[in-house]
Amino acid sequence: MNHFRSRLATGSVLALTVALGLSACGGSKSGEESAASSCVDTSGDSVKLGFLNSLSGAMSISETTVSKSLGMAAEEINADGGILGKKIKIVQEDGASEPTVFAEKAEKLIQQDCVAAVFGGWTSSSRVAMRPVFKSLNSILFYPVQYEGLEADRNIFYTGATTNQQIIPALDFLREEKKIKSIFLAGSDYVFPRTANKIIKQYAAEYGIEVVGEEYQPLDQGAWGTAVDKIVATKPDVVFNTINGDSNVAFLQAYSEKGLSAKNTPIISVSIAEEEAAAIPVDLTGQMTSWNYYQTVDSPANKKFVEAFKAKYGADAVTSDPMEAAYTSLYLYKAMVEKAKSFDVDKVIDASGGTTFEAPEGTVTVNGDNHHIAKTALIGEVQPDKLITTIWSSGEPIEPDPFLKGYSWWDPSKD
Amino acid sequence: MDVVISQVFTGASYGAALLLVALGLSLTFGQMGVINMAHGEFLMAGAYTAFLTQQVVTNADISLLVALPVAFCVAGLLGVLLELTVIRWMYHRPLDTLLVTFGVSLVLQQAAKDVFGAQAVAVEGPGWLEGQIPILGYRYPLSQLFILVLTLVCLGAVAWMMRTTAFGRRMRATVQSRDLAETLGVSTRNVDRATFFLGSGLAGIAGVAVTRVTATESTMGSEYIIAAFLVVVAGGIGQIRGAVIAAFGLGIIRAFLTYFTDGSMAVVLTFLLVVVLLQVRPQGLFTVRTRSLV
Amino acid sequence: MSPRSAHLLRSSLPLLGIALIAVLLLVVAPSVLTPFRLNNLGKYCCYAIAAVGIGIAWGRGGMLVLGQGLFFGIGAYAMGMHLKLEAAAATGGVPDFMLNFGDGSLPVWWEPFRSGGFTIAAIIVLPAVVATALGAAVFKRRIKGAYFAILSQALTVAFAALLVSQIKYTGGQTGLNSLSSFFGYNLYDPVNKQMIYSITAGVLVAMLLLTWQLYRSRFGELLVAVRDGEERVRFLGHDPANIKLLAFVIAAVMASIGGALFVPLAGLINPREVNALASIMLIAGVALGGRAALLGPALGALAVGYGRTTLSEAFPDQWTYFLGLLFVVVILFLPAGLASALSRWGRAIADRVRSRPPSSRHRASSGVTEEVAA
Repeated sequence: MNHFRSRLATGSVLALTVALGLSACGGSKSGEESAASSCVDTSGDSVKLGFLNSLSGAMSISETTVSKSLGMAAEEINADGGILGKKIKIVQEDGASEPTVFAEKAEKLIQQDCVAAVFGGWTSSSRVAMRPVFKSLNSILFYPVQYEGLEADRNIFYTGATTNQQIIPALDFLREEKKIKSIFLAGSDYVFPRTANKIIKQYAAEYGIEVVGEEYQPLDQGAWGTAVDKIVATKPDVVFNTINGDSNVAFLQAYSEKGLSAKNTPIISVSIAEEEAAAIPVDLTGQMTSWNYYQTVDSPANKKFVEAFKAKYGADAVTSDPMEAAYTSLYLYKAMVEKAKSFDVDKVIDASGGTTFEAPEGTVTVNGDNHHIAKTALIGEVQPDKLITTIWSSGEPIEPDPFLKGYSWWDPSKD
Repeated sequence: MDVVISQVFTGASYGAALLLVALGLSLTFGQMGVINMAHGEFLMAGAYTAFLTQQVVTNADISLLVALPVAFCVAGLLGVLLELTVIRWMYHRPLDTLLVTFGVSLVLQQAAKDVFGAQAVAVEGPGWLEGQIPILGYRYPLSQLFILVLTLVCLGAVAWMMRTTAFGRRMRATVQSRDLAETLGVSTRNVDRATFFLGSGLAGIAGVAVTRVTATESTMGSEYIIAAFLVVVAGGIGQIRGAVIAAFGLGIIRAFLTYFTDGSMAVVLTFLLVVVLLQVRPQGLFTVRTRSLV
Repeated sequence: MSPRSAHLLRSSLPLLGIALIAVLLLVVAPSVLTPFRLNNLGKYCCYAIAAVGIGIAWGRGGMLVLGQGLFFGIGAYAMGMHLKLEAAAATGGVPDFMLNFGDGSLPVWWEPFRSGGFTIAAIIVLPAVVATALGAAVFKRRIKGAYFAILSQALTVAFAALLVSQIKYTGGQTGLNSLSSFFGYNLYDPVNKQMIYSITAGVLVAMLLLTWQLYRSRFGELLVAVRDGEERVRFLGHDPANIKLLAFVIAAVMASIGGALFVPLAGLINPREVNALASIMLIAGVALGGRAALLGPALGALAVGYGRTTLSEAFPDQWTYFLGLLFVVVILFLPAGLASALSRWGRAIADRVRSRPPSSRHRASSGVTEEVAA
């Protein structure tokens, strides 16, 4: 082996690489933004919209149905003449339950497919992963799930509840109606439960409710036995449950086998909707939930929504809050575009404030300042057939307050 | 004191479920050297078998018991199918079995999702498993007692079979020296297949058992598989009593760590503990003849 | 053609291959791909950098490193911390999640990551230290085979769980996100994106060159010798533990560099990118390409990355089948990967040119025979 020659050869490939690399380089420092121009084309008779939901991976359990109800809304709108006379063309992408994939696919939808807006995301991780993409490419995301608040982005519309429309009404209900004195917090280990529990702890301190325990489990682990032992030992008036989706099955099995039930230790949940309830092989009768929509909501808009959904996806299909929020988001987008008389992102955002829709959950109105929507809070009770009926309502839509500015007891810097 | 008793029981419950999963692995991995990542999906198959059985035998009081032998056969046959189509070609490269069976596990998960839907299915528990019995002042849940008893029965059956039956002798002979066993007239191919049937079938039984403690869904196997492998490795490969101690030890330590730290840190610390243990005692709790596998 | 020139052709083939990859990645790709696709390719390059390291440890060293997510994650989080601090400079220098979940002050151990130089040093030194600490104990005690594979996987699971649980230090499940700039360059400016891509592709080519030299060195030959007969190497007076340790450390550093470059390309990092599943996905590319071949792991990782994106776009809810079957078919039928098929073909041509019987020199480099009882 001729070592000199091989060194020479290595050296020349390396030099070639460096040269190629340098020629391809040449960055521009922050500040001198090269403006991203939109490639959205609405000159034809259609408009492209992106749906971005996890169809594979752990979150597909929840997000597949969101994709279905979005598809149903698009069909309805198209049958009714489309948006500004243009038919919706759906581009569906799989977020694969991975935030990096969400960010990548969002970019693809905006840059490659040139969609006018994107609908989807579920976990907070997926939303914050997509946020800089929508900001830098100046596009719009409609995010359909209740979340931890403390956020308001110009390029995102939040059609699920923020904390003052779900967590705080639930606490008000527990304090005023159930007169609770002690509370136990159980959640999955991620940002929503941690933030929700931070809010609950400050609320509890303000109103003299004792927090007797706070337990977390990783999302993919179901070892809830120890936490339930603590619930048995501390005998709280209520368990505030922020456990995500399917992990609830393991939690409620552990809870039930140790002799707990709605009668002796009721639970109020903010992530168990009709779909999750059906998958839990435990008697949930009498357990409470806090949402803004239930399948049983009595309104003409909801009757139509539920019937259409069952006609399309089978008589056994159930509707839930995130599905309804996704369905509503597409109609809200239609209202915004029609008010702006344009698909242009800036014009749509400018026109967004005050747009309303007669949603299945009731009338919803977009808040132009923080891009959340005014929603009515509903406390529900699980029935033996696993459907949920309303037992308490805030009566009228609650204005969104994602940063909890209207609550004097809230101090975000306090642990 | 209450804390100690309750966490020993809660930890033992988790340990029992883990041991049931690891027991099958200790046969296919410990005895045969096959690293079967699809073992978790055999567990999933067992759980879905319990669900399907419930559609036929609608009385929840007996359907779970009916499901046990059915799940054993379903998962066992899946195991034999895997052995016949894939693993038999790979006995000389054990590490590669890990990757092949990982691919199989992805396919099985996706298949389960297509057949049963992404949403978990509800497997109802029998009425006689509701309630608790008081032991040492702790109200021990009957469903946990059920898993514990089931695990002990399976353990006893495997130990008895390995020690006293002709098949057990053939199996041990094959493990110790394949060539010699062959010379003595043992059909090692048949022994391989039977061992795989047994090991995978145990995963099926574990699947029925864990419907009492976790969601029946397509990805349920992945929660147990890595921990179960750790139990087998920490116990000492091929050492069933090692696996028993490792499983209950891991379960109880994790319960205490969960009690005094939190659920996530408990996972971190128990896994690190096993890694440290293996560095101190590379051969596991109980010594085996060789330090490397196979 | 004379035997001499045929020999020359053969010995310079790998170099020609690397040069071809360099031209494709650095000249052809930027001029034909859209910025979005180029950014995707950049991410595949990051996986490929980690894959080159796996090729060394697994393909040549026989150690199935199932936990490379750990080292990928160390590099990624080190880089992520630096970029997060850059992004947080606008809001008082403390990352948002620390304000929400911590006491609002920056932990002491985050502080040095403000420095770009320290960060780059950490990306190389940290994985080396961790790999040495782990490997020294493991290899000296002759832990190998499945023991080692499961041990490294367990460590990755523990690492991912640790990241999730320490939300006030690591951002938890959501990780480090909302990054804005890369050493002062705006992350969302197309020009800068192309620059980051070029750096990544350049690093990949450099790693391939490094590996090529490594395989030709005495160390490279000893490593294969350890894989194929550890005891014999020991009898010859070498300590196999040291040889394996070095290969393991190199693989760890490469994974870390890949992880570090991944962050500016993806714009974020979270525990899902470093968990057990992500670690096995890294292995997939290496197996497909050919674990012991020089270019196999990198090309395999690029192919798997590309395939994942394309299949998931075409079949959003069915593509997992393809991924699963890929593992089964490749390991079962092509244990030495696509590279073996290609190089067999290439060697046949070279041998025909030389008109001599096929040489046996390369037989041992397939890497699929594993150690039997030690």
